Amino acid sequence: MEQVIMNQLSYPILSTVIFLPVLGALLILITRRSWELLTKWIALGTSILTFIVSLTLFTDFDKSTHKMQFVEKHSWIPNWNINYYLGVDGISILFVLLSALTAILCVLISWNSIKAKVKEFYISILLTTSFMIGVFCSLDFFLFYLFWEAMLIPMFLIIGVWGGPNRIYAAIKFFLYTLVGSVLMLVGIIVLYLYAGKSFDILELMTKNYPYTMQLWLFWAFFAAFAVKVPMWPVHTWLPDAHTEAPTAGSVILAAILIKMGAYGFLRFSLPLFPEASKAMTPAMLTLSVIAIIYGAVICLAQTDLKRLIAYSSVSHMGFVTLGIFALNIQGLEGGILQMLNHGVVTGALFLSVGIVYDRTHSRQIADYGGLATVMPIYAAFFMVFTLASVGLPGTNGFIGEFLILLGGFAANKLAGVLACTGIIIGAGYMLWLYQKIFFMEINKKIIGLPDMDIRETITLVPLIVLVLWIGIYPNSFLSFMHASVQHLLERVNAGGVQEVNIAKTILEVVR
Amino acid sequence: MKLYLLIPFLPLTAFVINILLGKEVLRDKAHWPSILAVVGSFFITITSVLPQAMAGKVINEDLYTWMVSGTFNVTVGFLIDPLTAVMLVVVTTCASLIHIYAVGYMHGDKGYYRFFAYMSLFTFCMLMLVMGNNFMQLYFGWEGVGLCSYFLIGYYFNKKSAADAGKKAFIVNRFGDFGFGIGVFMIFLTFGTLHYAPVFANAAGITGQTVNFLGWNVDLPTLIALLLFCGAVGKSAQVPLHVWLPDAMEGPTPVSALIHAATMVTAGVFMVARCNPIFNLSEIAMNTVAIVGATTSLFTATIAITQNDIKRIIAYSTCSHLGLMFLACGVGAYAAGIFHLYTHAFFKALLFLAAGSVIHAVHTNDIQEMGGLKKYMPITYAVFVIAALSAGGVPGFSGFFSKDEIIWSAYASHSSVGKLVWLMGTAVAFFTPFYTFRLIFLTFHGKYRGGHPEEHGHSAHGSSHGSHQGEHHIHESPKVMTIPLILLAVGAVAAGWVGIPPILGGGAHFAEFLKPVVGHPEFHGTHAEEWGVMGLSTIIALSGIGLAAFFYLRKTDLPEKIAKQFSGIYNILYHKYYIDELYHYTIVKPTLWVADKVIVAITDARIIEGIVNGVPGAIGKFSGNLRKVQTGLAQHYGILMAAGAFFIIALVLLLR
Amino acid sequence: MVPLSWYMMLSIAVFVIGVFGFLSRRNIIIVFMSIELMLNAVNINLISLSHYLQDMRGQILAFFVIAVAAAEAAIGLAIVIALFRNKATAHVDEVKEMQG
Repeated sequence: MEQVIMNQLSYPILSTVIFLPVLGALLILITRRSWELLTKWIALGTSILTFIVSLTLFTDFDKSTHKMQFVEKHSWIPNWNINYYLGVDGISILFVLLSALTAILCVLISWNSIKAKVKEFYISILLTTSFMIGVFCSLDFFLFYLFWEAMLIPMFLIIGVWGGPNRIYAAIKFFLYTLVGSVLMLVGIIVLYLYAGKSFDILELMTKNYPYTMQLWLFWAFFAAFAVKVPMWPVHTWLPDAHTEAPTAGSVILAAILIKMGAYGFLRFSLPLFPEASKAMTPAMLTLSVIAIIYGAVICLAQTDLKRLIAYSSVSHMGFVTLGIFALNIQGLEGGILQMLNHGVVTGALFLSVGIVYDRTHSRQIADYGGLATVMPIYAAFFMVFTLASVGLPGTNGFIGEFLILLGGFAANKLAGVLACTGIIIGAGYMLWLYQKIFFMEINKKIIGLPDMDIRETITLVPLIVLVLWIGIYPNSFLSFMHASVQHLLERVNAGGVQEVNIAKTILEVVR
Repeated sequence: MKLYLLIPFLPLTAFVINILLGKEVLRDKAHWPSILAVVGSFFITITSVLPQAMAGKVINEDLYTWMVSGTFNVTVGFLIDPLTAVMLVVVTTCASLIHIYAVGYMHGDKGYYRFFAYMSLFTFCMLMLVMGNNFMQLYFGWEGVGLCSYFLIGYYFNKKSAADAGKKAFIVNRFGDFGFGIGVFMIFLTFGTLHYAPVFANAAGITGQTVNFLGWNVDLPTLIALLLFCGAVGKSAQVPLHVWLPDAMEGPTPVSALIHAATMVTAGVFMVARCNPIFNLSEIAMNTVAIVGATTSLFTATIAITQNDIKRIIAYSTCSHLGLMFLACGVGAYAAGIFHLYTHAFFKALLFLAAGSVIHAVHTNDIQEMGGLKKYMPITYAVFVIAALSAGGVPGFSGFFSKDEIIWSAYASHSSVGKLVWLMGTAVAFFTPFYTFRLIFLTFHGKYRGGHPEEHGHSAHGSSHGSHQGEHHIHESPKVMTIPLILLAVGAVAAGWVGIPPILGGGAHFAEFLKPVVGHPEFHGTHAEEWGVMGLSTIIALSGIGLAAFFYLRKTDLPEKIAKQFSGIYNILYHKYYIDELYHYTIVKPTLWVADKVIVAITDARIIEGIVNGVPGAIGKFSGNLRKVQTGLAQHYGILMAAGAFFIIALVLLLR
Repeated sequence: MVPLSWYMMLSIAVFVIGVFGFLSRRNIIIVFMSIELMLNAVNINLISLSHYLQDMRGQILAFFVIAVAAAEAAIGLAIVIALFRNKATAHVDEVKEMQG
């Protein structure tokens, strides 16, 4: 069994981070419905507290080792060998932090825009946060699956209750799509459990070698769950609907954290559990990634809805992430992980920004805007930074991630790298087109006299601006978390070295 | 803290100050941080960096590690060698003067602080670009200047044409950067590092190696060089990616002068010169560079003849001169290319600023509405003529020395490509003075033809006041604008004197200074040949001026007649060879059509959503049929139960 | 002595009559009586086998069945009365609210 580093702190930090939001939710539950302000402050306070506690992870993390850290292990259901088993390594730690940060921003951005069922809304937000952090910390498959599915429920409610006009359709689509994938993964988990002698211990399962055919089957079973979440082409169509109909906070959670779980799943489970299958499936994965990059970018050119455009851009950006992951070299993997973080920051920020104008105009149509830079100059400046980060301009975080991914992708497969580069051109095209339509040109009559961002909204966006520039200018403070873990992961996967794969041949095979 | 670090970081500080405080605190004093910063950079360059570089000292230091991932390791680091020093001089000098000029030009604009903030940011990025010691930092500056260019072209963003032009510049550049980026990847894969020093030191080692690239076996140095050159083609507005530069003239004139003439667009030339150890390895790449440069030079010069927008003419002239620089690099005369870059920065910035001065006075860009401005704007006129003489390559002016050096290098390289580009360059030597002096004669000579109020609505000065600008309102620009003009005029005349060739009694100091970086091409030519080449281009240049004078001073009705006579050619030139239209109908439209009519309408909505919604639909249909079994009649259920029980009993009995 | 098989035959006959009545009659009271017939067929079976096996448990079970049948009859008739009050009918095929 693999060595882990038990939690050295005087308190169980991961449990604290996971269950603080639940505590906050309980507190909100017992407050009176009419005390909305108190409800909001409890939600804000809890999320800030969670974030502060989670900062300890950032400072106390030992970057020199790939081992799981801050580990907590308690027996839970001994009959089935199920444990309450938590820990983080260099791959997951950043997402714990990002989740905690996102919770604060979601509470802040919903402050005035959520007017109905306020109590329930903040409870949902806090519970989602808790479950998301749980997913990233779980080292026991049973616990992982529990969090993985539990997360769907509050998210389903957030979309279905507080969403836009077509929210029921979007919520059910989102739920069914992800559930179908997850159920296949459940089958995979049970197969692993039985094969490995009744163990749900992820670290223990990783040390075993599975027969190739079994790996192949399980790879696709897990793929079903993760690909839907990412979302990879062609199972991406839930994303635009869910994003468009969800309230701002819902879109932000979806964009920033939820769709990262798919990619995280590939990193945490698919690659180390099924290394041979992963390597064998690389051409297919690269093909799908490249299709997602180009397809997602091209489709953005034809959007008329602000949120839909950003949603489709997520498909393209997550294509970069999967490209990096399945490049199966260190640059690609680290770029992929960093790009997950970047995409969470940037797309989260874009959705927050859209929410800010949506609160004022109640319109998502691009045609309803124009000349906004004159009306809301500060807002325009913020949006510009995020646009540039999304386009991948050097000096912003988007560049670092995309550059590493493309470098890795190019090293793994030149054609994939070259094709992915075209996604960047189109990316610049649609983002600048969007920016021009909304902020430049003649002032649209519908937006005259809108107030610029207030303090609360500014506070919401400032941390993200800081992250955009911080990662862009000094990415090492984040990359350094990953080195040991990614190196270890690669050793596990690449026992035989990176293989050169011919993507064109694979496409031809698929066509035939 | 090293002193040279202040050179890029002073403008960065000014940017931060302006973007944070400019709007509320500094307002109409927003130019102070920017000007102080850039002038500070200029003095550090002149007093500290340049003398060190002259003394042969090369600085190559890392500031901090930017990115680490496995073996991939890049730093933010600085390289100061003679090439960098030249670029620093060009950038800081032009930027200082243009910043000062902009105080007058942009006076009273509501985005005053924004303008200076962007200008400072641009200066920072440009300095990072030229000072970087690795390809990543080059790329950082490369994209950074592109971004500032985007901001500043779209400065009057409420105007659709300006917003469109900014976007176009950015996206067209992205096409070039696409190749450049892949080139950088190839360099990393080949050399395992992106720092200049080890890459160039090992460059010779890859001679003759081939690599499988997308199924083809290609020569490695050729591949890398051509990919890098893609970026230069985009950034330096060479054919076929030249289309963004004329449109970029939507920006304020100081921007055109600084970014789209003196500095940013020359980054491509700088990059090619910087990467000369790689380019030198591949004859194909060198010839491509030379031919692309020569083609652009000739191509855009012919367009410039027919244009009527004062800034667009100069923009096409910029393309043309940039083409000459590439031509020089392509025949191995990097020093000549950089020399032309250096002189071009002065006379072209001067041309733009003088044009800005004119636009400032008459509030239009159309030279057909100008005329006779000589008497109202004597200083502007004088500097305009100086700049034109320099640009046209009239002996004694700086442009002459650099242009002559290029043409001589092309001739003397003694390859067939060299001879071809020499011919093209000589043809350009005719067109350049012709269109420049056409511009001067139409603008400053003759009678004032403007004064129609409705024509002034789209003035380049942004403030779209349609008030009547009668002839009597025209006046010389304020001192804050004319003094930078005069200083630049001095540069336009004298800057080239540092590179006077030996044959004219000079020392060719410039080429000697750059020799450690870019080497020196082998010349195959006699003194007589050199005199001949020089004489020929001089005569051609003077005849260009003469012809322009004949057409636009003496027989002013002749150009129109000729245009009518050869309306086919005239229309092609006037519409810039229809390149914009070509791109619009072959790239932009089809892409949007595919996005809208194929991907959104068919693939996403019909195929994928069809399957996604079809599966639940099929399940629903099946269960719809199944539910008919439930009749609500207890007796039916009873029959089913009985039948089921019978079936099970029968099964048990039979299977026993 | 009557052999066991005769009792069984009787039981089957009564049961089948009950099943037939349950499935074919429309009047809910008759359907109800058919159910009682089936229960009594079971009772005959239980008691005859109890005697045959000399085991009292069968007879005990028969008492339970009788008790359950009585309770069921009480509830069933109450439902029938409630139904008749609401629908003014005693025909089973007119009561199909549960149709899918």
